[in-house]
Amino acid sequence: MPEMTYSAALNKCIREEMLEDDSVFVIGEDIAVWGDGGGVFGVTKGLVDEFGPARIRDTPISEEGFVSMAVGAALVGSRPIVEIMYSDFLTLVMDPLVNQAAKLRYMFGGQAQVPLVLRTNLGASGGKAAQHSQSFETWFMHVPGLKVVVPTTPADAAGLLKTAIRDNNPVIFLEHKMLYFTKGEVPDVIEPIPFGKASIRREGTDVTVVATQTMLMHALKAAEAFSEEGVSVEVIDPRTLVPLDMETIIESVRKTGRLVVAHEAVERAGWAAEVGFHVSSQAFDYLDAPIVRVCAANLPVPYTRDLEREVIPDLNDVKEGIRACLKGETYSRGGRADNEQ
Amino acid sequence: MPDLKEQFLRTMLLIRAFDSNLPTLYNKGLIQGSSHAAIGQEAVAVGAVTALEPGDFVTSTHRGHGHAIAKGADLTRMTAELLGREVGFCRGKGGSMHIADFGINMLGANGIVGGSFGIAAGAALSLQLLKSDNIVLAFFGEGALNQGSFLEVANMAAIWKLPVIFLCENNHYAMSARPEDMLSVGAITDRAKGVGINGIEVDGMDVCHVYDAVHEAAAKARAGEGPQFIAAECYRFEGHFSGDAMGYRDSAEADLWRERDPIEQLKRGLLSTDQITHERFSELESAAKAHVEEALAEAAEAPFPDSAQAWEDVYA
Repeated sequence: MPEMTYSAALNKCIREEMLEDDSVFVIGEDIAVWGDGGGVFGVTKGLVDEFGPARIRDTPISEEGFVSMAVGAALVGSRPIVEIMYSDFLTLVMDPLVNQAAKLRYMFGGQAQVPLVLRTNLGASGGKAAQHSQSFETWFMHVPGLKVVVPTTPADAAGLLKTAIRDNNPVIFLEHKMLYFTKGEVPDVIEPIPFGKASIRREGTDVTVVATQTMLMHALKAAEAFSEEGVSVEVIDPRTLVPLDMETIIESVRKTGRLVVAHEAVERAGWAAEVGFHVSSQAFDYLDAPIVRVCAANLPVPYTRDLEREVIPDLNDVKEGIRACLKGETYSRGGRADNEQ
Repeated sequence: MPDLKEQFLRTMLLIRAFDSNLPTLYNKGLIQGSSHAAIGQEAVAVGAVTALEPGDFVTSTHRGHGHAIAKGADLTRMTAELLGREVGFCRGKGGSMHIADFGINMLGANGIVGGSFGIAAGAALSLQLLKSDNIVLAFFGEGALNQGSFLEVANMAAIWKLPVIFLCENNHYAMSARPEDMLSVGAITDRAKGVGINGIEVDGMDVCHVYDAVHEAAAKARAGEGPQFIAAECYRFEGHFSGDAMGYRDSAEADLWRERDPIEQLKRGLLSTDQITHERFSELESAAKAHVEEALAEAAEAPFPDSAQAWEDVYA
């Protein structure tokens, strides 16, 4: 299997699907000719040369407009892939996503389908500050009618995107800025990876860590470090948040008796709470310690390095969270905003 | 123009009869929620949709019963949807504000003001990409022109020459708000000019005028000349919804507009040129009312969906 970056794996998947199906097109800002040929993070690099500017379509800076147009295109037979340059700009497209894409099939009694993929990227990546660093995945979990995908490895990114493009319903596909240039093996021909199947990244017996993207990378390093102390950490990557594979998580907690959930979204009402709720209601008797979550502080993401580090969890925070769980202690890095209203 | 006048009259009478029946449905407790009558606006819906090809697409608004009827939607299934019955177009999940019939390329009424700009232009983008000969017509009110999405979508439609007609029904009221207080430009078409689309203004109380304008616009859009914009001036005879006390407007204003009633106007024209008799008009009017009554009777007999159906058409 060839090794390639996350960005190149996404590119390969889009190319394969565009070759396979003429109704697939990509629409977004600066996706055709920016940089060295496509997209701020290179995901659509070179595709305009092969498919032309009608199917790799650069747009004006009109996020609400082109997302709503993608919904309309999807209703009558196209399969649009929309790129939003930074997930922070999702605030501008909430109506077409929440009131239109997520609703039309249901609201019209099954007459409509909206095969739409919205790709964007989450997360802080060093100095991008409060409006280019956020992680909004939980917002979309709260909207019935949207699937939510959070891939971490290049192979998962490609395989899950293939499933997303072939899905007849809207999918919010959330990449991560810090992962675009990480490398991994990707199959020669990308096979679709089903939604709702978590991946056990590392097997263990003492504590379960559920994490995505950068936090998953930290969790795997933390697990390695703990193994040197004789602590066996199981690391689970849910891969999709809607649908969410609680079965795999609960089975793991029944084995380990301890759960840590780590995400880069802010702690308050983040998806760790959802996972924690299900585990406490379905595996209560198996828990040997309070559930721990390691999340961003309940703050905007600040610019300067040390302040950004204060807000976004790092490897040490994930280790601290795991250690707290092993000791049966509570842990929170959400901060004062949570307690002092 | 082919001789469509009797067809215009029939369809306008049907819309009038359908929307005039809404208060009765409320009084009988047959419908709930909001529904919005387009009485006074029938000429816009009928003139515009009749000028399209059957395969063309239409998007509609919260005040959309007339658009659906003009497109040919089955009256029993429409009524059943208002009554929340299983045989309704949306199987009771949409109601008045979300009537859709994808079988006749009616892409749905939208409860978000301006929500259909993008859906219409996006459908047009897909038709262009898939090399279809069909076009899309988006109905919207003058109030929707103050949504930012109009600027975004119309601009993209213009730069990409999309086969879409933006048809503004200026009925003079967005709930209680009047365009002279809310629009910064004097003429509705000036908004379109701002994105490089030369709009035209038509008398929305004159069904033939609307038909001719849309017919010409459709030919241009179909020929690849890009988006068209038409502002049709009409009047919302009734309130925003059934039960609106309308304290914000003078009844004398409405009376003046009622003198230009689109159905009465067409009737007068046909009578004066002997194209119709009083008897024939009465027949058509009675037939329209009977059609609405029959649809209601059938719909009222239809079962409500089983509560388990709340879980159907769910995927996430």
